[in-house]
Amino acid sequence: MEAEIENMIIAVLSGKGGTGKTLVSVNLASAAGASTYIDCDVEEPNGHLFFKPENVQEETVSVLIPVLDDERCDGCRKCVDFCRFNALAFIRNKPIVFEEICHSCGGCMLVCPTNALSEKEKVIGKVQVGQSDQVKVYTGILNIGEASGVPIIKRLLSENSLDERKLTVIDCPPGSSCIVMESIKDADYCVLVAEPTLFGVHNLNMVYELVSLFNKPFGVILNKCLQDENPAEMFCIEKNIPILGRIPYDTMLGTLNSNAKIAVREEDQYREMFSSLLKTVRKEVLRETVIDP
Amino acid sequence: MKQLLILSGKGGTGKTTIASAFIKLANARAYADCDVDAPNLHLVNAWSAEPEKADYYGLKKAVIDSDLCIECDQCRQNCRFDAISLTDKYEVNAYACEGCGVCEYVCPVGAVAMAPSVDGELMLHFDGKKVFSTAQLKMGSGTSGLLVTEVKKRMRSVEVEAELAIIDGSPGIGCPVIASLRGVDMVLIVAEPSISGINDMGRIVDTAAKFGIKIAVCINKYDSNIELTEKIERWCADHRLPFVGRIPFDPDAVRAVNAGKTIVDVDCISGNAVRDIYQKTIDLLFEEGAG
Repeated sequence: MEAEIENMIIAVLSGKGGTGKTLVSVNLASAAGASTYIDCDVEEPNGHLFFKPENVQEETVSVLIPVLDDERCDGCRKCVDFCRFNALAFIRNKPIVFEEICHSCGGCMLVCPTNALSEKEKVIGKVQVGQSDQVKVYTGILNIGEASGVPIIKRLLSENSLDERKLTVIDCPPGSSCIVMESIKDADYCVLVAEPTLFGVHNLNMVYELVSLFNKPFGVILNKCLQDENPAEMFCIEKNIPILGRIPYDTMLGTLNSNAKIAVREEDQYREMFSSLLKTVRKEVLRETVIDP
Repeated sequence: MKQLLILSGKGGTGKTTIASAFIKLANARAYADCDVDAPNLHLVNAWSAEPEKADYYGLKKAVIDSDLCIECDQCRQNCRFDAISLTDKYEVNAYACEGCGVCEYVCPVGAVAMAPSVDGELMLHFDGKKVFSTAQLKMGSGTSGLLVTEVKKRMRSVEVEAELAIIDGSPGIGCPVIASLRGVDMVLIVAEPSISGINDMGRIVDTAAKFGIKIAVCINKYDSNIELTEKIERWCADHRLPFVGRIPFDPDAVRAVNAGKTIVDVDCISGNAVRDIYQKTIDLLFEEGAG
């Protein structure tokens, strides 16, 4: 049975930023040995800072943007009127394209009666893949000033990255918007990382609703646990959410993490902690597949 | 009215903790939470009265009338967002649909209509003297930039005598952050002394610089890694960015927030540090000749 779930896809998410998604993702992937790590937090990708992957190969990611042929345009302004995103403005009887607002829907080209619009590729970021010990590391990086990283996430998750027969950990962006949805779409199981604050609980509730909405099996890892009462833990108990484990607030772990060191590779105690967390996750996935095949 | 925006790039560095303290210290009469994806400011700046609520409509989304549909497949082929699928009939995935209207345009029989869709909720607190504008984006929605613009617009929609507006931003560098940057006078970046935090700080500084907005930097939980704190301070000096102070890690800060208070409501070391940072930030914001 164990072998059947070797290649599961786990998405790590949190709602609130800074709760420890990257800490958990990087260490789970490292504890697994041969695995794949995919950093979908394309606005602020940090996993590669920990893994320091080698033999990095890079590919740019582009979207299509309209270009106007002035000769052919007769100034009918159909394209400007069609664009729902206001990415085209009519100035001096000609349409002007605002590239950063364009959603690349291709509508303006379709409506143009004189074929004055064509498309060109515009680079919005890149995807990198490299190797760190036994972990294959994928990173998506959005260029500064670009609005949406969705095309980069789509590229990250469409590649051969997902079909290997080993564990895949997806490090998601914060929040609960379109980019997070895109990141968890293919996941078999979601790990929610929560911190013991009122903010943490409020945002945990949001991702809890998100994963419920998408019928994803999930469990919670409580991070930065202090001696005090833990509002996130109370929330989980109240909602009957499985608690996969607790990571204590601990100066050594904090220091390793702030220096972008992978705790599992540095100290045996953390290797044990994350190996046992991974085991729990695997058991939960198995349980979910049995209940809901 | 001068607008101060608080950003960080990396999440969880303490934007809301610091924004709420600033609001308290300034006795601010205008403030907003632009982290529409995960708004938290209302948790520590509670208003007793219910806010005025309004549905937020993003762009209209496509809906296919299967009685009219002749299954020509044109809509599916032309959709760039993979939002249309065929199982037993043609259907639009409202989460994937960006509302471009291409499917409506290409449908030869008029089976596609664009229908209004509620993408979030806007909330406005206003008591005649003070205004607080916030919102919650609907799960999985993709129009957070527009909603951020709306939150800021509503903050300015009522008359208040305010010289200063404080805006809590969202993590990242993408569309909600870009929307929150438009029109503000200064950005305070809350950095964190970690390799990740430094990397993200660089990216948010570059993003804000693209808009030509004045930037100041402070460090939260500075004592969690002194070496990296010093590195950030040197980096700021090298880039001629004003550095406005350090805040220590403080378990009392967590306790204050969990009790729904700001860190300047209780006597704690982080609260004391933030008072000094507040003063320096405000001096910079109202500096002569500033933009």
